[in-house]
Amino acid sequence: MTVEQIVSEGKDQFPIGMRVLAVDDDPTCLLLLGTLLRRCQYHVTTTSQAKTALKMLRENKNKFDLVISDVHMPDMDGFKLLEHVGLEMDLPVIMLSANGDTKLVMKGITHGACDYLLKPVRIEELQNIWQHVVRRKKKDRCNSGSKDKPHPDSGEAAGIGNVDNNGKLNKKRKDQNEDEDDERDENGHDNEDPSAQKKPRVVWSVELHRKFVAAVNQLGIDKAVPKKILELMNVEKLTRENVASHLQKFRLYLKRISCVANQQANMAAALGTADSAYLRMGSLNGLGNFHTLAGSDQLHNAAFRSFPPSGVLGRLNTPAGLGIRGLPSPGTIQLGHVQNSGNPTNDLSKLQSFVPGNHNTNILQGMPMSLELDRLQHNKNVGHIGELPTTDSMTVFPGSGNLVDARITGFSNNQLLGVTSNSLMLEGSSQQATSHTSVSAIGFQNGNALSDFTSIAPASNQLQDSKAGSQGQASPINCNAGQIIRSAPQEWNAPRKDAPYQSHASINSSIPINGAMIQLGQCLDRNNSIFHRTTDLDSVGPLNFVDPLSIKHSEGDNSIMEPSVIEKEGYLMFQPRPHGSHVPDNIGSLEDLASAMMKQVPTNLSVLLQEGGCNGYSLRTSI
Amino acid sequence: MERNPMRRQLAIMRQSLFDQGHVDEQFVQLEELQDDANPNFVEEVVTLYYRDSARIILNIEQALERKPFDFRKLDAYMHQFKGSSSSIGAKKVKAESTLFREYCKSGNGEGCMRSFQQLKKEYATLRKKLGTYFQLARQAGPVETASRPK
Repeated sequence: MTVEQIVSEGKDQFPIGMRVLAVDDDPTCLLLLGTLLRRCQYHVTTTSQAKTALKMLRENKNKFDLVISDVHMPDMDGFKLLEHVGLEMDLPVIMLSANGDTKLVMKGITHGACDYLLKPVRIEELQNIWQHVVRRKKKDRCNSGSKDKPHPDSGEAAGIGNVDNNGKLNKKRKDQNEDEDDERDENGHDNEDPSAQKKPRVVWSVELHRKFVAAVNQLGIDKAVPKKILELMNVEKLTRENVASHLQKFRLYLKRISCVANQQANMAAALGTADSAYLRMGSLNGLGNFHTLAGSDQLHNAAFRSFPPSGVLGRLNTPAGLGIRGLPSPGTIQLGHVQNSGNPTNDLSKLQSFVPGNHNTNILQGMPMSLELDRLQHNKNVGHIGELPTTDSMTVFPGSGNLVDARITGFSNNQLLGVTSNSLMLEGSSQQATSHTSVSAIGFQNGNALSDFTSIAPASNQLQDSKAGSQGQASPINCNAGQIIRSAPQEWNAPRKDAPYQSHASINSSIPINGAMIQLGQCLDRNNSIFHRTTDLDSVGPLNFVDPLSIKHSEGDNSIMEPSVIEKEGYLMFQPRPHGSHVPDNIGSLEDLASAMMKQVPTNLSVLLQEGGCNGYSLRTSI
Repeated sequence: MERNPMRRQLAIMRQSLFDQGHVDEQFVQLEELQDDANPNFVEEVVTLYYRDSARIILNIEQALERKPFDFRKLDAYMHQFKGSSSSIGAKKVKAESTLFREYCKSGNGEGCMRSFQQLKKEYATLRKKLGTYFQLARQAGPVETASRPK
C-alpha cells in the first residue's frame, strides 16, 4: 500500500485515501485498528493520546476526514474528545469501545458520535465508515444554503463548531435548525471559523451567550421571545432564527438541570454524604447539563454520565471555588482535588457565598455554584447555598435554585461544583485541562443565569480536564451554556425529565469549545447566578437520585441523564472517568450526577432548569 | 519439501488452538491482515499485547493487594485488559475477564481473586502455545504460515 500515492489521489478515489485519525490508548488495539484501516485503503494516522489527536486536528482542520476514537482513555475521555472535535472541527467521529452497553452507546450518540463500534472491530465495519464523511458533507452543504462542496473532504465543516453544528446533529431539531440557520450569519464571536464566509453559522461564544442570557433575564424566561431577545442583544448579524434556536436549547437545558437537581437531591438524601456530594452533583449537573446539552452536540457529557460521587464532590469543590472567583484561574478549579467525600455542607456554603460575587444574581437564586472553590475545599458549611441571592427575576431558574440548595447543603459543595464543574468539564477539557477550568464554570454560575450557563459548561469542561490540565476548557463551557439557552425549546417549564436534557444538549453545541480560559472565567461569573437557582431546588422533593454507583462512569452508566439529554448536542463535558486521576474522575461524576439528576428530577424541573441550566449544559458527559 | 511437514504441523497446531478454545474468530482476522507487506503481523500484535497487558496485570495484582478492594478501579483495569485481549482473539482470557468484571460489579472480592488466578493461568497458557506456534511458523517459512485452515 503506498500511502502517498493514495493520498495524492485521495479526492478522486474517495473513499480510497480517506484520511482517518485513529486514537486509542491501547497499543494492541491501535495497531490492529491502524492496520485494518490501511487495509481498507484509507490514509491513517494513529496516536495513543487524545491530546495529541486534538492538537493535530487543531493544527489543520482540513487534514483529516474522519476520527475514530476509543472511549476509555487515560488522558481524556473519549466523549470529551468527541465533543471537542464536533464543536471545533465538525468532523465525523466514530467511537470505539469494548463495552457495548446501550447506555454507553446512547451516550456516544448524544454526544454527537456518528457511529459506535464495538471492539474487536472487524474490517467489514470499517469498510463503510466513509459514509459518515459523505453524510456530513451533504449536511453541511444543505446547511450552508446548498453551497456546493464537491470534494468529499469534510474539512469544510470543520471550524464551525457551533450551534449550527448542533442543529445538525440533533435530529430532532435538525429540520428546524437547518431552516433557522439557513440564513444564519456569522457570529462575531466565532472562535475558529475559517470558512465563515462559506458557511454562515453562528457561534455562540461566551460573550454572546452572556448577552443572550441577560436579555432573557431581562425579559423574563416566560416572556423571552426571540425577537425581543434579539433586540436587546443588539448584535449585528444575528438573526432571529439564531436566537430562536439558541433559546430552544437553553430551555431544554434548564429543564434538564432541574431534573438533575431533583435527582441529586433525592440521591443525597438517600445516600448520605458521599451520595450527597453525588446528588449535588446531580443538581449541579442539571445546571451544567444545560450547557452541555445545549452546546455540545458533540460534546459529550461524559462527565455527566457517570461520575463517581466522590469525585464529583471533590470536583465541585475545587472548581467551584475557583470558578466563583470568576476567574478561571487554572489552579483553582481543580475539581478533582476537592475531597471527594465532599463535605457537603462546607462546600455548599462556600458555593453560596460565592454566588453573590457574581453580578448576575438573578439567574440563580441561591446557587452558590461557583462559590469559591477554596472554601468548598475546606468544607465549610454548606448551608449557604440556599443563600445565594438570586436576585432577580431571572425567571430562568426560579425554583431550581432551591433544589440545588437543598442538595447542596446536604452535600458538600460538590453538588454545586458538580454542576459547575460539570459545565466546565463539558467543554474545555481538552486543552486546558487543569482544574482551573472548572473554576470558571463555577464562576459562571454566579453570573448571569443563562450566561452562567454557558460558563458553567465550560467550566466543567475544565474540571474534567483538569486532569489534562486543560484550562481552555472553561471557555468552551461558557459557550455551551449560551448555546443551550438558545436552543431551549418551548418546553421551558416542561416536564423535567428528559426534556431538559435536550436543551442541555443544544446549549452545548453553541458553545464554542475554545479552550480559552478566559471564557471560562466569564462563565464562572455567570455560574453564580445559575447556582442560585439551584439552591431553590429545595422544594424539589426527594430526588430520585440515581444511584451514584450506577452512575458510575465506568460503564457509562449514567445514562440516567443521558437518554434525555441525548440531543445531539450531547455536550457532555463532564467525563466520568473511572480513573484514579482525581480531577477527571470527579468531573465525570459530576456530570453523571447531573445527568442522573436531570433525569430524575420531575418536580422542580423548571427550577432546575432555571438554575441548573448552566450545569446541565455542560454536564452532559457521557462516558 | 521440508516445509510441508512443518506446515502441516503448523496447521495442526493452529487448528488445535481453535478447537481448544484458546483463540477465536478474531485471530483469523489478524491472520488475514498478514500479507507480504506485513509478514509477521500476527506475531507482532500478539507480542505487543503481551508486553502491554503485563502492565495491566500488574496493576490488577497490586490493586488486589489493597483492601478493601476498589472494585471500580479493578473493573476499569479489567475493561482495558479485556479490550486488548479480545483484539487478538484470546478467547479464554476474554471469558475470564468478563467473569472477573461480573464479580467486580457485584462486589464479590473472593470471586475476583479466584477468577483472576484462573485468568492468569489462561493468559500464560496462551502465551506458551502461541509462542511455540510462531516459532514453528517462522521455521516453516514466511509464506503461508498463517493460512486459513482448509
